[in-house]
Amino acid sequence: MTPFTYARASDAVDAVRLGGQPLAKYLGGGTNLVDLLRETVERPAALVDVTGLSSAIEERPDGGLLIGAAAKNTAVAEHRTVRTRYPVLSRAIVAGASAQIRNMATVGGNILQRTRCTYFYDNDGSRCNKRLPGQGCDALDGFNRIHAILGASPACVATHPSDMCVALAALGAVVHLRSARGERMLPLTDLHRLPEDHPEIETVLESGELITAIELPALPFAVRSTYRKVRDRASYAFALISVAAALELEGGTVKNVRLALGGVAHKPWRAWEAEAFLNGRPATVENFRAAAEAELSHAKPLRDNGFKVELAVRTIAAVLGELMGENA
Amino acid sequence: MSININGSKMSLPDDARVSLLDLLREHLHLSGAKKGCDQGACGACTVLVDGSERILSCLALAVQYEGRSITSIEGLAVNGALHPLQRAFIEHDGFQCGYCTPGQICSAIGMAEELRRCVPSQVTEDLSTVTIALTHDELRERMSGNLCRCGAYNGIVAAISEHHATEAT
Repeated sequence: MTPFTYARASDAVDAVRLGGQPLAKYLGGGTNLVDLLRETVERPAALVDVTGLSSAIEERPDGGLLIGAAAKNTAVAEHRTVRTRYPVLSRAIVAGASAQIRNMATVGGNILQRTRCTYFYDNDGSRCNKRLPGQGCDALDGFNRIHAILGASPACVATHPSDMCVALAALGAVVHLRSARGERMLPLTDLHRLPEDHPEIETVLESGELITAIELPALPFAVRSTYRKVRDRASYAFALISVAAALELEGGTVKNVRLALGGVAHKPWRAWEAEAFLNGRPATVENFRAAAEAELSHAKPLRDNGFKVELAVRTIAAVLGELMGENA
Repeated sequence: MSININGSKMSLPDDARVSLLDLLREHLHLSGAKKGCDQGACGACTVLVDGSERILSCLALAVQYEGRSITSIEGLAVNGALHPLQRAFIEHDGFQCGYCTPGQICSAIGMAEELRRCVPSQVTEDLSTVTIALTHDELRERMSGNLCRCGAYNGIVAAISEHHATEAT
């Protein structure tokens, strides 16, 4: 690791003040950042520990839920209200990492974790436009079985690795932010960027801007929601494909549907097109598949990851089929 | 700036870059917690925070745990008597080379507390449940963050199952 100073923020205002130092980075549970420091992929001059900030999980008057950014992944997954009203979120969190890592990792840190593209980590041996903008991307023509099929660019084909964020995208979560300029809110689906020509810029956050909380809107039909993760081993591996979904039927027709994908893009991928296709249509296996195909019609697979396209289609159809069973 | 390690107050390193694992092994010469991958992939460095919360000490900066209590495998025996789970590992041959064992045992102790709180896992079918039985599938899923390259999993599962059943009665 390169040298850095360390300071513990006492509250959000203090954090933002400390975060204004040159080359400062916020530190949550450290489960990704400490690894990146060790590989010298990250070289901050100052670390601002924000694990002492709000970790409260509070019900909102409108029926939503406000989750402090310092809440641990385990605390969110085990929370009774999350389990009953937003099961997709509990399921997504416990599908990720290991119990030890979930005990350390914060919600804010999970959202801002960086890609697990192996070329990004290979500081000594590979080119990566995220590490050194303009250098080139060795994943593009390399071993790219785990890489993106949607929204990628010639500059970067990395994926966002979070499971939790896929559920948050499906639920329409809102991110609460604070900077020296004040506070603002942003839909989670607008927080992460697609790589385009600047994959080193992963979010729309301003310099020194801090995630203080995540707000889940009241979404009664999310009681019937779930998460499915497809990966190379049964546990403790990143997703090849994952699907977060919520479904509400009226008669045999889709009244409300939420759908988001993980393992496919540079950001948690809300499947807007599939949702639009399904709304008001009969809830049938054929329509689930057709909706998935519409979403994946934009896929641009690489040399090794063509299998992800059909895998995503089938996983979407299977998850919606499972939720239809719960509606019956 | 201090940290409590296995019941003793220790001072924290001046250099913020020192991981909790390196503090234990290199500074305090407590070599029980192992450095397997040093990147959060193997679980060999698992220790307990404040008695029962399992974490990976390789991904923790020691300074982040100022004022907290850390228990490593060296802290489990009481007056020279092994922790019952340590005895169960010996009885069931829950290891071959032993490198992953300290992490496995600390992890299983943390797992028991998570089960007591009814924290769900990936294989928990009913999220609304208020008790979770430690079935074979639950145990394997909950311990999946601890790898054993010797493949002593059968013994590990047997030792943890038996200890858990004994504690429950």
